Amino acid sequence: MLRLAGVSYRYPGASRDALSAVSLSVGPREFHAVLGPNGSGKTTLVRIALGALQPLVGRADVDGRSASSWPRHDLARLVGVVPQREDNLFPQRVRETVLLGRYPHLTLWGRERAEDHAAVDRALASCDAQHLADRWLWTLSGGEYQRVRVARALAQEPKLLVLDEPGMSLDLRHEMGLFELVRGLVEMNGLGVLMITHDLNLAARFADSLLLLEGGRPVAAGAPAEVLTQATVETVFSWPVAMQTVDGRPQMIPLRQPKESRP
Amino acid sequence: MRWTLLVVVAVLALVASVALGPAAVPLPELLHSDIVWNLRAPRALLAFLVGGSLGVAGAGLQALVRNPLADPFLLGLSGGAGLGAVLAIALHLSGPWALPIAAFVGALAALGLVYRLGLIGGTGRGGALDPRILLLGGVAIGAFAAAITTAIVALADAAELRNAFLWLWGGLSGASWDSVLLVVLYVPIPLAVLLAASRPLDLLALGEESAGYLGADVEAVKRRVYLAASLLTAVAVAVSGVIGFVGLVVPHLVRITWGHRHRALLPAAFLGGGALLAFADTLARTVVAPRELPVGVVTALIGVPVFALLLRRWTIA
Repeated sequence: MLRLAGVSYRYPGASRDALSAVSLSVGPREFHAVLGPNGSGKTTLVRIALGALQPLVGRADVDGRSASSWPRHDLARLVGVVPQREDNLFPQRVRETVLLGRYPHLTLWGRERAEDHAAVDRALASCDAQHLADRWLWTLSGGEYQRVRVARALAQEPKLLVLDEPGMSLDLRHEMGLFELVRGLVEMNGLGVLMITHDLNLAARFADSLLLLEGGRPVAAGAPAEVLTQATVETVFSWPVAMQTVDGRPQMIPLRQPKESRP
Repeated sequence: MRWTLLVVVAVLALVASVALGPAAVPLPELLHSDIVWNLRAPRALLAFLVGGSLGVAGAGLQALVRNPLADPFLLGLSGGAGLGAVLAIALHLSGPWALPIAAFVGALAALGLVYRLGLIGGTGRGGALDPRILLLGGVAIGAFAAAITTAIVALADAAELRNAFLWLWGGLSGASWDSVLLVVLYVPIPLAVLLAASRPLDLLALGEESAGYLGADVEAVKRRVYLAASLLTAVAVAVSGVIGFVGLVVPHLVRITWGHRHRALLPAAFLGGGALLAFADTLARTVVAPRELPVGVVTALIGVPVFALLLRRWTIA
């Protein structure tokens, strides 16, 4: 469904590639997580995958068609995105903001139809957010707000969901809740998911496949147990760690630095 | 209900504008009076069309530049139009259309300059319109044009200076059936462009990135909205001078009742802006009759207190 093949990109005027030779393929019912330190090219990868940037080398396809050649209106019926940041200019209620997700299904002058409102209800239900429908956005907690944004992406009825650091600034319960929600969408609705995250442990627990980037280059890719080894994590993140296994998935514990080498 | 009320208010504003004036026309003769047919009726209609256009342009621009304080005249058009008009007066260009045409040309020149400044990364594909630069560029171009205008006014003799100064504050005394016809033929296209952009404008309130992911062709929408709103403002300034606060205050007043969805907001802003300006012009003609206040003075006198109340609401909410 989403395929990157040997993609490289360099921002105009930059001295090094933001991405080099990255390949990735996300199909239905697959949960892929992209990991890496700050500045490793995760966001660039998403921009290329969604056609906002064109790769200088390699190809980025969505459903067999070059990502940047998709009309945005058509692409939005296939791919729902939960961006890292957004701020609402005007106060809005939850149902209104989720209804914006129906935009790619509406005609220029047509009104919202019953099926659009039904899709909004389904999206809210999938995210366990029906009870929030009439609330103002600014009264929501961080966790509730993220669920609503996922619901808006689901209202697009996409086949693929892309999330950029959705767990940032969420507490334990809400962060776990969000990952369980996304995992459920993969299994129940058959969505493909591409998620950028800083959280190695949650990615290892929930994703089927990880892609670890460092300085724009792919360091390791594949099942969590293959990617998150102690040696790889320590090299990429330049910090000593210990690894354990929980539920058959690798979990990373950062270690204190030995006293003599502390800054 | 709220639509009925708005339509009633708009009709009342038009009726009042036709019925009231410095010359006492008895009610039974209202429909047969030359004053009504040749002066008040076109003037009321022109006020309504200009006010409506400014209301819609303001609502569109506020969403475009993501700044609720944007006014259609903030984007440099008033400066350009003022310069054009003052030049026409200083050069003694004659004819009933000299002033409007000069103002329109001035506004278009400012529009073109600001638009070019706002395009980052070239004019071709890949060029992006930066709303922040539009805002800054508009203020800068407007200030530059105003400086030249002031220099010309300072060098002109007293009678001309008074004309130019009054023109800058806006007025509908030049209204005629010709100018109404011109505006009626001109405004439907930019209005339709803005109305067609109403859903993408809703998305744009979330930011450009989110709007794009939800399916909006962001660059095309920004260009269309900027050009359509500016062209509406340019014709408004050409036929009636700079009338402030309608484009700023009306969208806010309308949002209180109609919310932020542009499909309802834009038509309501048209009716609301039209009603406000027709009403303000009636006041401008009557309160100091037989003399006349520039209508921009009246809209500012009404608009500023309303705006202050809005600001308080905001800071409390």
